[in-house]
Amino acid sequence: MRCKTLCPAAAVVALAAVGWGLVAGAATADEPAARAFVNAHIIPIEGEEIERGVMIVRDGRIEAIGHVDELAVPRDAQRVDLAGRILMPGLICTHSHIGGIGGADQSGPIQPDVRVYDSINVRDSGFRRAVAGGLTTLNIMSGSGHLLSGQTVYVKLRRAETIDDLLIHDEDGWIMGGMKMANGTNPIRDRASFPGSRARAAALMRQFFIKAQEYRDRVARAEEDESKRPARDIGMDAMIEVLDGRRIVHFHTHRHDDIMTVLRLAEEFDFRVVLHHVSDGWAVADEIAAAGVPSSIILIDAPGGKLEAKHLILETAGIMEKAGAQIAFHTDDYITDSRLFFRMAALGVRGGMSREGALRALTINGAKMMDLEDRIGSLEPGKDADFIVLDGDPLSVYTKVLETWIEGERVFDRSDEKDHLHAVGGYGAGYDQMPYFCCFQQYMSALIQQQTGGQQ
Amino acid sequence: MRRTRRSDEAKTRRSGSTGFFILILMLVAGLNVDDIQAQIAVRGEVIYTMAGDPIEDGVVVITDGRIAAVGPSDAVAIPDGHRVMEAAVITPGLIDARSTVGLTGIYNIPHDQDHIERSSPMQPELRAIDAYNVREKLVEYTRSYGITTVHTGHAPGELISGQTMVVKLRGNTVEEALLQEAAAIAATFGPGAHRSGSSPGTRGKTMAMIRQELIRAQEYQRGRAEADEDADAEEEGRAEDDAAIDEHGEDVDASPRSRGGRNLRMEALGRVLDGELPLLITAHRAQDIASALRLAREFDIRIWLDGAAEAYLLTEEIKAAQVPVLLHAPMVRAVGERQNLSFETAARLRDAGIPVAIQSGYEGYVPKVRIVLFEAAIAAAHGLGISGALETITIEAARILGIDDRVGSIEVGKDGDLALYSGDPFEYTTHCVGVIIDGEVVSDEPR
Repeated sequence: MRCKTLCPAAAVVALAAVGWGLVAGAATADEPAARAFVNAHIIPIEGEEIERGVMIVRDGRIEAIGHVDELAVPRDAQRVDLAGRILMPGLICTHSHIGGIGGADQSGPIQPDVRVYDSINVRDSGFRRAVAGGLTTLNIMSGSGHLLSGQTVYVKLRRAETIDDLLIHDEDGWIMGGMKMANGTNPIRDRASFPGSRARAAALMRQFFIKAQEYRDRVARAEEDESKRPARDIGMDAMIEVLDGRRIVHFHTHRHDDIMTVLRLAEEFDFRVVLHHVSDGWAVADEIAAAGVPSSIILIDAPGGKLEAKHLILETAGIMEKAGAQIAFHTDDYITDSRLFFRMAALGVRGGMSREGALRALTINGAKMMDLEDRIGSLEPGKDADFIVLDGDPLSVYTKVLETWIEGERVFDRSDEKDHLHAVGGYGAGYDQMPYFCCFQQYMSALIQQQTGGQQ
Repeated sequence: MRRTRRSDEAKTRRSGSTGFFILILMLVAGLNVDDIQAQIAVRGEVIYTMAGDPIEDGVVVITDGRIAAVGPSDAVAIPDGHRVMEAAVITPGLIDARSTVGLTGIYNIPHDQDHIERSSPMQPELRAIDAYNVREKLVEYTRSYGITTVHTGHAPGELISGQTMVVKLRGNTVEEALLQEAAAIAATFGPGAHRSGSSPGTRGKTMAMIRQELIRAQEYQRGRAEADEDADAEEEGRAEDDAAIDEHGEDVDASPRSRGGRNLRMEALGRVLDGELPLLITAHRAQDIASALRLAREFDIRIWLDGAAEAYLLTEEIKAAQVPVLLHAPMVRAVGERQNLSFETAARLRDAGIPVAIQSGYEGYVPKVRIVLFEAAIAAAHGLGISGALETITIEAARILGIDDRVGSIEVGKDGDLALYSGDPFEYTTHCVGVIIDGEVVSDEPR
């Protein structure tokens, strides 16, 4: 480690960060013990809208929520009058690539050992844009140029010094995340060890899952006889979490036949899966609904740009909703801008989705796809105080996100000059690292050339 | 072409010839039945004419493909035999100030991508009309949201990538679609033009190359003029030209007094030097915008700024140079040289008195085409408002492109191009419920 003069300073910063982390949420000299957001039009997602509502936040969580005439403001709470503005849960994006990520590389098509959270730059301006768009929780993933591109990470968009400040742990202290997989054309490459066809892709995946099952079984048997424990394989350890259902597979898939292949794989190997993108979802909506598999979808302004998306339509969300499928939306940032995430839901409504369903698809449904529905995705007592304040109808182009709060702390304030810069753009607003998207360079190289002249 | 036909038609009407004669003339001119039947009246709760205040509870009458009347419904009679349509909001057919649709196709495979030619960094002779696919699915898709006129052509990505043109989103051939066969010559400054091989690798080299090329075009013009004078004085039938043209069409002998043959590349740049065509310069960083303005001064040429993500830093300079801006799509990805783009740029340029139109631009990936209606919506929500944002995709775009005698507003005598919406055109949940071009209903499925 290169230390010399820098290390002591770094240590102080680290200690300060830890200290800050410990006291976050607790009352300090400046911080009130609790806050009461009054006169809010509350869209709690679970439960009826409350036109003149009040929400009490204490210790980073929602203490109570109700109508102003029925819920008293505690004596120790600071009153925040929202003057009729919309108050709703922070948005949840089930599929994002912000932070200049670099996950699996070109070494092979299946890389469960790679953790995307080892690659994230928390100072990337994408994080500031995300909170400006009202996002509070993301699933950050590798690109889709592999059959299996590694472990994803669920993050809260808290103010951060390092990625560790963003992690979400479960009750066992496990760092929550999923596993990214893909089929269709993205992982198909003219390169040794990568599949050259859809059938080959499926065969490779099936053989790999069989190998993972065998590893899992050997590990299980070793509980009785330690000498039988196989050499530790960090990728296979993550696959055990997949097979145990703790780590959900997030599966990039566009075409209707590829979607069916995912359903077939998930059934054969009994893993929990969320379908991602699902451009042809309209074609197999009944099958998706019958399988009980949730879908995280993206609506793009026009079809095409890649062959698999040539039948993409805005009506997909509505058709799938009517079929009874569970739907969330995602930004796929940087494919679409996190600041415009509400737009995705509104386009869903334009395409026939219900308003209620569209708002759920930005919040609670995404939470469910990340096993976080007990903590986030709706405004209910006991849940994390992750919420946003809007100046109008969530589905209107003219509406702005005014504030974003995570665990009781305000992380975005549109009236703040710096935050405003990130919300609307301008000189100094962008300082992003280009993400690394392995393996479908025929598109990405053109894109990077177009945007940067190849200079990253 | 259409212009010629139309003037024939108009003359015929003025001369009071019989309907039979008109019919024969139309058949001879190749007009289809829709043109003859293009009799439509549209009622709207609000009509944004873009020529004066919006009209509430109004009517637009289209006769023979052109706007015959517009006004409040109690003041405008609907003639017999006109199909009547209704919508909450009516606007002029929208104009996309800069696109590549029709040259770029939905599949994004080499077979349907004709927006850029990589064989040489400067190819101003490439015509958009030779690359436009009227049957491209994305043309129809674009149209279904109310866009009726598009300035399309060669994309950014080479120092001089080729020509652009203006088309209506209709017609069976590019000739039928054309409003302008050449609208501008597209150039790119900044890293977007930096490539390997013969392309420039730096900003300095970019400017050196384009300056030298324009100087060669000036010398070519002089050479041709002088040679023409010489030719007048000499006999016809001299020796064949000995112009040196390599396999890439480079290094043409354009020296003065050469008896070299016509050179399409030099001729195309000559149209810029003559002021006939503007140089459409894609430049995002402020330093590249400044270079564009400097080039325009040096050669006394017309330019349009294209993209211009950081234009808000140079509003005084752009205003002083009287250069219009075809602004990037507000939702284009804010990375690379566009990382400082702002949703508010359109409003800031408008407030500075700079002519500004919003474009859909070029996309290398998804979405393969942007919808300029959606893009202007972001500007509407960031300082422009409904009317201001509509201007950037109707009359202001038409003025910049020089087609405002035909399109861009709902006024008597202009082309019968309308877009019909179920509400505020910019709201995400509003539908486009009808699109009319030259009096022909080209789309009436809600979008």
